[in-house]
Parts: sequence; structure tokens; C-alpha cells
Amino acid sequence: MQNNTKQPSYGRQLYKRSNKKPLNRINYLNNRKRAVILTTSLTIIFVIVYVAGMLISEDAVSGSFLNAKIAPCFKYPFGTDALGRNVFLRTLKGLSVSITVGIAASAISAVIAVLVGVAAAAGSRWLDAVINWIIDLVMSVPHTILIILISFCLGRGMKGLLVGIAATHWCSLARVIRGEVLQLRSQQYIAVSRRLGKSSGWIFVNHILPHLVPQFFVGLVLMFPHAILHEASISFLGFGLPPEQPAIGIILAESMRYLSTGMWWTAVLPGITLVLIVLLVDKLGDNIKMILDPYRAQE
Amino acid sequence: MALEAKNVYFRYDRKQPWVLEDCNIKVEKGERLAIFAPSGYGKSTLAMLLSGYIKPVRGDVLLDGKPLPKKGVCPVQLIYQHPEKAINPRWRLRRVLEESGRIDENVIRAFGIETAWLDRYPRELSGGELQRFCVARALMSGADYLICDEISTMLDVITQAQIWKVLLEEADKRNMGIIAVTHNRHLADRIATRTIDLSL
Repeated sequence: MQNNTKQPSYGRQLYKRSNKKPLNRINYLNNRKRAVILTTSLTIIFVIVYVAGMLISEDAVSGSFLNAKIAPCFKYPFGTDALGRNVFLRTLKGLSVSITVGIAASAISAVIAVLVGVAAAAGSRWLDAVINWIIDLVMSVPHTILIILISFCLGRGMKGLLVGIAATHWCSLARVIRGEVLQLRSQQYIAVSRRLGKSSGWIFVNHILPHLVPQFFVGLVLMFPHAILHEASISFLGFGLPPEQPAIGIILAESMRYLSTGMWWTAVLPGITLVLIVLLVDKLGDNIKMILDPYRAQE
Repeated sequence: MALEAKNVYFRYDRKQPWVLEDCNIKVEKGERLAIFAPSGYGKSTLAMLLSGYIKPVRGDVLLDGKPLPKKGVCPVQLIYQHPEKAINPRWRLRRVLEESGRIDENVIRAFGIETAWLDRYPRELSGGELQRFCVARALMSGADYLICDEISTMLDVITQAQIWKVLLEEADKRNMGIIAVTHNRHLADRIATRTIDLSL
């Protein structure tokens, strides 16, 4: 009897909670819609930064000593450096270079990860052991050192940097893909499919591959911030992009020399911009995960 | 014309005890056999052995005197207890039915599968609705034998009755052999022409 009297009040409480007035427009939308809107707007911002950087001409980032060392003002939002170059435009151009490196490197990495992960899960047991051993090996060496080594061996520059980043970032995603394939292979619907006369190739393309697509894209997007940060740090240390190229790492390395003279803006503002872009892409990755992940999609 | 298990021994690991020891079962075409036992007596293992999902450690599973075919559509189809596990969650249900090879409108209609369901995803249907798809898929594959591993255990009585009614009608029409694995003695008595109790 007591239970019966308690139940309605519990029900009423639930009703009340779900009926809470929306605080603003964005709370009113459901999670999925919000994720889609956020993803779209973040992508648009990202593309604008990238295209704007690409469109800036070489002339715009070459400077004159007449307006060197100007602190941030309306005309120069990020100020100018010791050579009189517009730091804002240089940062934008540098970002688009970094984004190119980041996208290319993480795309190559993600493809390697899928191939390796699938090979480990679907291949023979010794292949799995060998691949796991290689993954452990690559992961146990600090990325920065490995990238410096590879980049140095390949003569630095864009090529060395790309290969270095691509060769080091596939490990964790490969593990995820391997686990996913192993789990999928033991699913009942795969066994049923086999008894319905489907070949292994057919099952891989129709049953397994669609499950890997979200892992691939989320892994790709979440790998990008790492790639771009590594690109900047390796260039900063002088093992990456050549000094004449406007890249965030180069800009930061140059600003080091003038930091003690009080020119904080050439270091702080490009640095903050880099962090913002990284955070933006990280957020983007989380939102894409929410849209694509079947377990979280309907939260 | 029969599906039989001959002196079948099975264990999941060499270090573990036998799940099935010297098991002999024979089902003729057109016959309905119920296998009845409490939990842990190897009912599901036997179902998987008979439909070729796993191989016996010793002994043979024979279909008309020959081993089960390894390629092509298996003439012995197993229907699982949990339909939501036996259907790819990323597929629309139309595709699930198409996987069986051919679509038979009569079977779809007989199971009361509505056209609107075909464009939905598995998580948008209830367990009973999904189980109809699993049974329909097995029937449409053109199998000669159906092995039903507790297919109606988690369904309510009405759905249970509906699914079994259609299933038995179709099986009679095609002269199929049926092995129903169940906990439920009343269900076994009701549907089967012969009952085996593994616990005896």
C-alpha cells in the first residue's frame, strides 16, 4: 500500500523535471540537433580560416622596417614583428599551412590505422602479435623524438614533417579499429550472414566496414590537433618547415628572440590562435562522434 | 531425408569437461522435435552444432548422410533467442530480409510485417517485431530444417503464439523439419510431434 501512495509523487516529480522551461534557444534543441548545428558552424569557421590563409598573398606578409615592432592596434590586430611584417596575416597564413600539414598527416595516419587494424584483427594470430608488438614499439618512443628523427632523415621540410607525423600517429586508432573488428567478428548477425551463404569479402564490405566509418572519421578529426601541435613544435625546434615559410612554429621561434624586449604580441597572440584552432577541431571531433556513434546518437 | 547428430562430443576448451557426450539425435523432414532441458545442459550448444555454427570435437553432424555444406546457403538455419543480436543494428530491416536471398511476400504478410517497418532501423522496433524478421529471414532462405533456440522465451504469450502459429503453418506447407529448443514443457508439448529431454 505504501508503494502505491509513493508512486504518483515520483511520477509527478519526473513530469516536473521534463517540463522545465528552456533557458535559451540552444537548450530547447535536442542534443542531436545541437551537435549538428555546432558541427556545421565549427566546420564553417575552420574552412574560413583555411581559405583566408590561402588567399593571403606573399606581398601582404612581407614587411617594411618603417612599421616594425608596432604593438597590436586597429590596423595591425596582432601588431608587427621586428621586420615590420603583419603578424595577424602571417598567423593566418601560417595556420593554413599548419592545417594542410595536419589534414594530410592525419588522413595518411588514419588510413594506415585502418589497414593495420583490420589486418591485425582479420589476419592470422602471429600477424596480430607482430602488429601489436610494432604498435607497442612506436607508442613507447616519445612522438616528438621519433618525428624529429624521421623528419631529419628525410631532409626536413614539408615532406619530412608529413612522413614523420603520419608514421607516428596511427597507433592508437589502429588499436581501436582492431578491437572493433574483433568484436564485430564475433557478432551473431555475422555468423548468420555466413550461414546465409555470404562470402567473407561480402561480409567485410557490408557488415564490418560500415561500423568502422565513424571510428575512422572521429579518429581522423581527433588526430588532427595532435598532428598540428606536433607540426608546430617540430618547426619551432627547427627540424620541420624551413624558416622562410610562415608557419606557427616558425613565428613562435622567431618571436622568442624579441620576447625579452617586450614584444609579447608576436608570441602570445599567434600561440592563442593555434590553441583556439586546436580546441575548435577537438570540439568538432566530439560533436561528430555524438552524431555518428550509434550508442550516443540518441542521447 | 534426415538431419542427424551421430555420436557427437563437444567441449569449448580442451581443459574443460564435455558439454555434450555421445549425443545422438535424428530429425526427419516434416518432423517437429522439441529438445527440453534445464539451463546448462547444452541445449544451445547442440543447436549450434546441428546448424553448423560450430564443429563437433568428435562425431558427425549429417544431413541426408553427408556433412553440412560449407559454402552457399545452409539448408539448416538457426534462429537465436535474442533477435536484436542477430540483426545488424546499422541496417534497415528491408536489407535484413534481402540478405536471405529472396523476398517472399507471402511470408512477410503471414508474419504481419508491415511495409512501414521495412524502412526502419532495428532499434525502432520491439523484440517481438524483430523476432518475426529473424524467423521470416530463416524461412525465406529456403532452408529444409529450422532450429529454434528459445525463439519465443522473451516474448509475451500472444506474440509467442502468433509467431509459432505462422512458423508451423509455413513449415507444414514446405514439409520442413523443426527442432525447437525450449525450457517450456507446455510449449514443447504443444508444438512438437516428439520430445527429447536431455536431463533424463
